[in-house]
Amino acid sequence: MNREEIISTVKEFLSEEFEVEKSIIEPQANLKETLDLDSLDYVDLVVVIEENFGFKVTGEDFVGVATFDDFYTLVEKKLAEKK
Amino acid sequence: MEHRVVITGIGIYSCLGENLKDVADSLYQGKSGIILDEIRKDFGFRSALTGMVKDPDLTPFLTRRQRIGMHQPAMYAYMATKEAVENAGLDIDFLEKTETGLIYGNDSTAGSISETVDRIREKKDTTLVGSGAIFQNMNCTVNMNISTIFKLKGINFTLSAACASGSHSIGMGYLLIKQGLQDRVICGGAQEINPTAMGSFDGLGVFSPREATPTKASKPFDRDRDGLVPGGGAATVILESYESAIKRGAPILGEIIGYGFSSNGDHLSNPSIDGQYRCLNMALKQAAIKADEIDYVNAHATSTPVGDAIEAQAIFDVFGKKVAVSSTKSMTGHECWMAGASEVVYSMLMMQNNFIAPNINFENPDDITAKINIIAKTKEQKVNCFLSNSFGFGGTNSSLIIKKFK
Repeated sequence: MNREEIISTVKEFLSEEFEVEKSIIEPQANLKETLDLDSLDYVDLVVVIEENFGFKVTGEDFVGVATFDDFYTLVEKKLAEKK
Repeated sequence: MEHRVVITGIGIYSCLGENLKDVADSLYQGKSGIILDEIRKDFGFRSALTGMVKDPDLTPFLTRRQRIGMHQPAMYAYMATKEAVENAGLDIDFLEKTETGLIYGNDSTAGSISETVDRIREKKDTTLVGSGAIFQNMNCTVNMNISTIFKLKGINFTLSAACASGSHSIGMGYLLIKQGLQDRVICGGAQEINPTAMGSFDGLGVFSPREATPTKASKPFDRDRDGLVPGGGAATVILESYESAIKRGAPILGEIIGYGFSSNGDHLSNPSIDGQYRCLNMALKQAAIKADEIDYVNAHATSTPVGDAIEAQAIFDVFGKKVAVSSTKSMTGHECWMAGASEVVYSMLMMQNNFIAPNINFENPDDITAKINIIAKTKEQKVNCFLSNSFGFGGTNSSLIIKKFK
């Protein structure tokens, strides 16, 4: 899966899970603020990532992830590790 | 100083309809909400009959975060409570700024628990059940969800008392208001509808096996009754002190004047005439009325051979032959944790619309049920004062007396 496919997949499941418009998911937008995530929502973020990409992320993985771009990079890295 | 306790709002989500108007029509028409649920046959049920409601779509009303901790009991309770709050002329802004309690009856969350456990077994990872599971799985799920959605600031706990849960919830709300500890309490009962919730109950062999004729299966008090049919949904009853209702200019739909309760202290599942007798008499004594002032008894009668006979005898002993009696479970099936609240709502609708809903499928009495006045066909009659019975496993009994407000 290349980065464009990752972005498309992520936009799809995040907009569905957190009920936001895809158009607000911009690369430099802040993930937490855009999706209005609270501590419980991070648990559901872990669930949808596992459902869509087949790997589980932990709290440590999110250290340094602020924007959607950071998030796409995390997914790329995890998918590469999975291979 | 004791306070008068009035009912200012009711709401219902049941197999007879998803709102008060539809339910009133069904009650008047004697329409059954019982169906055959094929999923239960695959699940190994002896009897696949059940009252059925659909899972409501709450997306037009609630945010994702508000919905995520809700499974059937909370979803059904939301629909009933939304209607009751509107019925009472209340809104969230008012509720947030004042003190309103919530005591809701519920006694299982089997559907959500089984889904959670299935997922953990599949994923071998507890995180992957998501954030909503714990709030769906706890027995207080209705209270957690409804109190946060409606911004309630008063007393807040779930009442678990088997098939008398809904009735005791109203009784407890009544006592708190009567004593001046709360001005307003939202009460009710919720009952999930899914195979995991009722599998172990079916296993006792106490469900009617008349699968060929679902709407004829629940036959409370009839000579040929052969078991209950489960059902579910939710019902909400908003109680308020008379002073609070007047101050708000709220509609006063009725007044609670008696709450009797007792425990059999005997068998896990067998009813007791002594326990019922004590419960009925306590309610009458508290209401300070004579038995013949009750126009209508909404019986607990679930269509089991032993249970209905004992209740018929208890009703005869206390009220004699004259009082009109019907079991709305003939149409709804046994709504278990919800029943005590829903049957108050059904009886309130009868009181508002001047009729007594029929005990459908009552064709022939037996020697004991012949002693009481069972209403088999819809009867046009003013109901000024009614009593609603609820009895539960473990021998918990509750009787509520409600009269027209004057």
